[in-house]
Amino acid sequence: MAQVIRSPKTYDVCIIGSGAGGGTAAKILTEGGLNVVLLEAGPNVNPEKDFKMFLWPYDLPHRGVGVAGRAAKDFGEFLAPNGSWNIEGEPYTSAPGANFQWFRSRIVGGRTNHWGRIALRFAPIDFRSKTRDGLGDDWPMSYEELAPYYDKVESYIGVFGTRENVSSAPDGVFLPPPKPRCSDLVVKRACDKLGIICIPSRLAILTRSVNGRLPCHYCGQCGRGCVTASNFSSSQVLIPPAMKTGKLTMVTGAMAREVLLGKDGKAEGVSYIDKATRAEKRVNAKAVVLAASACESARLLLNSKSSQFPDGLANSSGTVGRYLTDSVGSDGGGIVPVLEKMPPHNHDGVGGMHMYIPWWKFDRKNDFPRGYHIEFGGGRDMPGVGMFNGLCHDEEGYGARLKQRARETYGTHIGLSGRGEMVPNPDTYCEIDPNVVDKWGIPVLRFHFKWSDYELRQAQDMQETFRAIIEAAGGEYKTKTAIDGQYPFGIREGGKIIHEVGTARMGADPKSSVLNSYCQAHDVKNLFVMDGAPLVTNPDKNPTLTIMALAWRASEYLLDQAQKGNLA
Amino acid sequence: MNPLSVSRRDILKTLAVGAASGSVLQIIPAKAAEFAHQAVHNEKSASATGKYTPKFFSARQYELLTNLCDTIIPKDEKSGGAVEAGAPEFIDLLTSENEDFQLILGGGLMWLDSTCVDRYSAAYLDCKPGQRKEILDLIAFRKNAKADPSLSQGVNFFAFLRRATCDGFYTSKIGIADLQYIGNTSVHEFPGCPPLPEA
Repeated sequence: MAQVIRSPKTYDVCIIGSGAGGGTAAKILTEGGLNVVLLEAGPNVNPEKDFKMFLWPYDLPHRGVGVAGRAAKDFGEFLAPNGSWNIEGEPYTSAPGANFQWFRSRIVGGRTNHWGRIALRFAPIDFRSKTRDGLGDDWPMSYEELAPYYDKVESYIGVFGTRENVSSAPDGVFLPPPKPRCSDLVVKRACDKLGIICIPSRLAILTRSVNGRLPCHYCGQCGRGCVTASNFSSSQVLIPPAMKTGKLTMVTGAMAREVLLGKDGKAEGVSYIDKATRAEKRVNAKAVVLAASACESARLLLNSKSSQFPDGLANSSGTVGRYLTDSVGSDGGGIVPVLEKMPPHNHDGVGGMHMYIPWWKFDRKNDFPRGYHIEFGGGRDMPGVGMFNGLCHDEEGYGARLKQRARETYGTHIGLSGRGEMVPNPDTYCEIDPNVVDKWGIPVLRFHFKWSDYELRQAQDMQETFRAIIEAAGGEYKTKTAIDGQYPFGIREGGKIIHEVGTARMGADPKSSVLNSYCQAHDVKNLFVMDGAPLVTNPDKNPTLTIMALAWRASEYLLDQAQKGNLA
Repeated sequence: MNPLSVSRRDILKTLAVGAASGSVLQIIPAKAAEFAHQAVHNEKSASATGKYTPKFFSARQYELLTNLCDTIIPKDEKSGGAVEAGAPEFIDLLTSENEDFQLILGGGLMWLDSTCVDRYSAAYLDCKPGQRKEILDLIAFRKNAKADPSLSQGVNFFAFLRRATCDGFYTSKIGIADLQYIGNTSVHEFPGCPPLPEA
């Protein structure tokens, strides 16, 4: 019989997960004087060794696509250690007819090592969704309550942008933006013709030094991880200050399996599998913070059953796993000949978009609720595998002409990505699969997922807008989508945009929500969830900045409650 | 036994395990990748002929592959071609690891030879230049398969090889220089776009 190894020590707080939410909690709680143990399912990250800054495709024998070309299906082998939609030995299942793709990062820093650094605030109206159009629910808090925490996060991590006074995209505390690329100017001109708002983007990348971190050196490779930490990642920006306090104990390779409930109805610790030895271990803590990612935290709650909570911990409402959403995603691209005239020049810039299109049709009636923003890029990027697939398809042939056309068309492609708001629906949720466990013996999630007509109409609108922009730029739109089939209007599978949230939502009513506005469980007052799970809606703003602002606010509250002795 | 080739095999094996596991380890540690790349380079310089030893294709097939890569992206007055850029080695490496590539490219090369024997009574490399051009001009365009469906397999094969050759060429030092890409370096301030003409 395997023996459970119990830690004799009782920590003030046990945090599960070291990404955007867990990293924020670790920083605030340790700096506030609490003793924290952080469980991370993956290994540590070592930027000097793991990040491939400045490598060329020819420095790798597979030129960036990995063994057998398989890495091309994820994000390629240049990326910072990042995870995948499929992790060997750690499956998940989809209910019949559902195809949800669940991306997980098992590494210190989680997905913040490779993310797009797009740091957008939710707008005031995003917190009042039901009041606005009768769909979904309002948040139990207002934009004004969260705004000071957006300020704190932006000031600390560093976000560039400009003050624009666009109601769908609130301004923040911004560093100056980088200059536009040629592809930005082309799209901006087209947008001006079409009456579409196009403004400098807001990314968590330093254009000026912040807290001793060096400013960006404009190699365009943020996704590979940055050795100078000029972009934000939890592993380089949040975990180090927490470590410096001497109050943080980091346990890597620790796969949490259950939150343990004491006889008094409070969380008393966490049981986890030590991946290296496969032994089950326990840590004791006076409070527990789940920050394992929205679905992983829901899985933990659902797997933490007791006589008091037979349907899962803090799940008296039955809403854990419900209200799951991802961003609506549809992509397209075209060729813009005016860019052929550009002389060779350094186009790299920051790793990501210099400009973007916030939701601009907030002042009119649309045939779908809510809205979307458009990310775009293109131009003279570093060549890579697949860059000339379009050319090969269009030009065909071979020889001197093919080579000449590659020279001429290099840098003329512009790609556009719509990212929109999905309205929660009763057919989309996750639950425990009754028949399957992972290799650690932990029951896995089963996903149910369905796009409604709201999302499909949004994707259609995206495709029409992409075409209008490329054509207004004098180019040819190349993407073809069908109105039906597996990907109507090019809509991606749920989970592919990696913005899954909502599975332990906050709310004023304990009967229909899991958490209060401080991310504290209604049912268990020393239990908190600080990742994407608390989000009531999933507006067209990438959720990371909001996850951090909520976690910062919730951590200050937790600290205050701990100091008052209200959690013990 | 050559200890160098053993280490390279070991590394490739390790990488293959990482990729299959889909874990964070699927990302090749830079040092291992550099080592593997260096090992290929060393093997080439150490061998008597300075040639790469194919891992998947037979010597004869590799010769055919090399010839086709050279035809798809030839050397011209501005730059070297796909062969000089290492495209055949890159294609052979991926093919040795991927069963889909093995079918499409391995089978495709055999299709090309068989078709040439049918048409010209000689394998592709033994055909006259005019005959080679004739068959390539047929399989290099989708519209020809519409007119003559017996060409469709050849058209699919050639489209795949054309993409793979472009991938090999444009990820090489020569190909990247040919496009006049400027960057992948540290700059103090991003200069922005040079003056952009009206559309």
